[in-house]
Amino acid sequence: MAETPRTVLDVIGRPLLKVDAAAKVAGQTVFADDVVLPRLLYAKLLRSPHPHARITRVDVSKAAALRGVHATLVGAELPIPFGILPVSQDEHALCIDKARFVGDPVAAVAAVDEETAEAACRLIEVEYELRKASMSIEESLANADARIQDYGPRGNVHKEVSYDFGDVEAGFAEADHVREDTFFFEGNTHLPMEQHAAVAACAPDGKLTLWSSTQTPHYVHRAVARVLELPPSQIRVIACPNGGGFGGKSDPFNHEIVVCRLSQKTGRPVKITLTREEVFYCHRGRHPVRMWVKTGLKRDGAITAMHFRTALDGGAYGSYGVASLYYTGALQTVTYRIPRYKFEGVRVFTNKPPCGPKRGHGTPQPRYALECHIDKFCEDLGIDPGEWRLRNALEPHSVTANHMYVRTIGLKKCLETVMQRSGFQARRGRLGSGRGIGIAASSYLTGAGLPIYWNAMPQSGVQLKVDRGGGVTVFCGSTDIGQGSDSVLAYVVAEELGVRVEDVRVVTADTDLTPVDLGSYSSRVTLMTGNAAIQAARKLRALILGAAARKLEVPLDRLRAASRRIWDAGEPEKAMSFADAAVLAESEHGTLGAVGSYRPPKAVAKWKGSGVGPTPTYSYSAAVVEVSADRDTGIVRVDKVWIAHDVGKALNPMLVLGQIEGSVYMGLGEALMEEQVFRKGLHKIPSMLDYKSPTTLEMPPVESIMIETLDPEGPYGAKECGQGPLLPVIPAVANAVHDALGVRIDETPITPEKIVAALEGRYRAPEMPGFRYPESVRVEPLEPSSLPGPEAQAVTR
Amino acid sequence: MEKQRFRLRVNGEERECLAPVHHTLLEVLREELGLMGTKHGCELGECGTCTVLVDGQPILSCLALPIECEGREIRTVEGMAGAELHPLQRAFAELGAAQCGYCTPGFLLTAETLLQKSPKPTRMEIAETLAGNLCRCTGYLKIFEAVELAAARMRGESPPSPLEAPIEVIRG
Repeated sequence: MAETPRTVLDVIGRPLLKVDAAAKVAGQTVFADDVVLPRLLYAKLLRSPHPHARITRVDVSKAAALRGVHATLVGAELPIPFGILPVSQDEHALCIDKARFVGDPVAAVAAVDEETAEAACRLIEVEYELRKASMSIEESLANADARIQDYGPRGNVHKEVSYDFGDVEAGFAEADHVREDTFFFEGNTHLPMEQHAAVAACAPDGKLTLWSSTQTPHYVHRAVARVLELPPSQIRVIACPNGGGFGGKSDPFNHEIVVCRLSQKTGRPVKITLTREEVFYCHRGRHPVRMWVKTGLKRDGAITAMHFRTALDGGAYGSYGVASLYYTGALQTVTYRIPRYKFEGVRVFTNKPPCGPKRGHGTPQPRYALECHIDKFCEDLGIDPGEWRLRNALEPHSVTANHMYVRTIGLKKCLETVMQRSGFQARRGRLGSGRGIGIAASSYLTGAGLPIYWNAMPQSGVQLKVDRGGGVTVFCGSTDIGQGSDSVLAYVVAEELGVRVEDVRVVTADTDLTPVDLGSYSSRVTLMTGNAAIQAARKLRALILGAAARKLEVPLDRLRAASRRIWDAGEPEKAMSFADAAVLAESEHGTLGAVGSYRPPKAVAKWKGSGVGPTPTYSYSAAVVEVSADRDTGIVRVDKVWIAHDVGKALNPMLVLGQIEGSVYMGLGEALMEEQVFRKGLHKIPSMLDYKSPTTLEMPPVESIMIETLDPEGPYGAKECGQGPLLPVIPAVANAVHDALGVRIDETPITPEKIVAALEGRYRAPEMPGFRYPESVRVEPLEPSSLPGPEAQAVTR
Repeated sequence: MEKQRFRLRVNGEERECLAPVHHTLLEVLREELGLMGTKHGCELGECGTCTVLVDGQPILSCLALPIECEGREIRTVEGMAGAELHPLQRAFAELGAAQCGYCTPGFLLTAETLLQKSPKPTRMEIAETLAGNLCRCTGYLKIFEAVELAAARMRGESPPSPLEAPIEVIRG
């Protein structure tokens, strides 16, 4: 007889300590740079001082001869390229014949200490033949003959896409009002507090272990095996807890491969810790994006068609760029009803550190543009922008023009909540000169529907083991970057097995020990590892409770389990401890263990490129921001933020609040000050002093409200919360500044300089680069009948 | 490289080590004395991550030379907890004020100096004291709350634990 589903949750939904909290506050968490091994050597990289140059000679002989140097390495020794996406394997461990940005690594040294390695780097002779550097999209398009990469459709174009979803022209023809706007979102960077570090140890039998501050040990494992031409079985990658990631540690990196090779060459462990300046060169952060949007509307505000164009400044390598490009067009449709939609996008190579995924990956830029554009057309139509968003929000079980399927949606509740708490409608336009209030909403993925390399295997695997004292160990490839993914595994297993969180030991992010989880990116971890852990734990629970049921002579469906105890719901005095039940189960079945895995449902989308955008479930957010802005200085102070986030189910509300507050903070930084900019080929601000980010003094009070929609695909109903809440903050700031001062700054960051220029009528709005997008591919709307099972009936069109 | 002998008093213990004279206090604490709780974010004095206390004052260990610290009392995060966590550490843990935990030691030590001179600090005092410490995870709010909670407990008050208090969620 099967066990009846439990209706009361014992662990899930409560504020609980993180499993690693004590170690973290005691300073005892072992980050990658804290790994120390006997006979350790230290590595340094020599980086290109030129943004674009052919390398004609690299001579390491003087460096190799320096006392204390144990090995040198040049690009020709590792000729196999790598890269996170199968379609852009365009990086090398060290540049072979070309340097593509200032900071591109050219050679490496391992020595007895960092100072010797640095001194040796200075002795390396490199001859460069300078090439024309392209530091902007315009320059890259103009310098088509000075190609940065040798792939892509032409010149410095990396990737271009163009799709019509439905009859867009007919949609514009039906419109009563059409509005066009152009926006620019400046690039910015993750700035994790921890500088990337990696330690490699090659054992005498040739087996290699790499400890690294990486969010994606599985992908690093693959890249190291590929470049070093080693069977993956000979390589073990351990992701140390990351001292902040935000997407900046999601690519396999040059330095990780370099220390592996240097360890092979020397037979000694080799460590590298990047300087803060080098972290700025690793980058993979927010793409600078130019955007143009045109929307057709009926008089009542209903959208008839939307046309969205993006142009991404990609930096020198592919990184996640193809995905980033698609993301700039994918999620516009999953918040409000857009019946016909056209997306055109291009990513261009430039001689700058590669851009990639930063919190929100490719979606904060178009979200900023869209939400500002909405406020502008609402003003044209005389509609309250809060009211418009409420009225036009998608309904549950919608399929969008670009074939994205939305199951649950808490957007209206998010909007209603922040509007009511902030008094938005009563206060907008009435706060007096220099004060303003703005609103925006957004949506994000809970995990990408597809893995980065095509395969039919699960995206997440969990293995459980029970010891004879009632302790449980969870093994999972996921990587805790501070968000609490280790803790989520422990909560879920404790909930399902009826033990306490402290009875669960978590072993994660070790390719030798743990089943594969693809990594901490795309907000996938809670949903995917959570579901895998539930599956594994339920198998184990059946064994253990089955043994208890036989011993207690109670039908299985009457048993309950919580807090180390198993009892008969009918006669609670009939009970035994979890540990005793585990002993019975092991006696009956042999060694206890179970595995579970998760793969996302098959996406319904049916067009090339639709791999980007589908997800098991979308999260939703809405924010209201109140600002004070000084007309004379242009300084904007954020007075308060109200934010509501549809998290599906808050597995630990304390940790969810932490993710929401951290997202608000990062969004405020991007809105008002953060920018990664270059001058004359050089990074203008590769330091934490000059790269402005918010301090304690800039952080306003934030009222965060969690909305629970209990999505059937999420563990206990959970959706993501680590990235989505960043998205509405940036446009809400822009809309608040407009309410305060009556000027629009259609680009980020919204600096005092730009505000003063705008107030004096000197502000120049951004423009799109002159680029001819390719011939559009027409994609017809999806018929509800093509949707899976019961969802087909529920769909509203 | 020529090395010099240093005698340092760290967390109440007399320690001796050999290190190049130009190595920073940060390097000596981590590499010579094995006190890995002190982290680094820039090694240029910009982020506050490497903060330690010298004679009760927060200093950036990446800019300090050990020779300046001889004969003085150095306190690192390892000195905060005995058999039990320091109230600040406990409050940071309970509120999730340590997400990645990398900046946490610097925040804890800086906050400790504030609570010594101001047992009931205002939110503004806390923000001003911690303005030199950057955190990228938390948005600082849980850190502020943790300092306030620890301060209340250190004053002998018994505020409810955040792990017991209800947190509002709305059914959407």
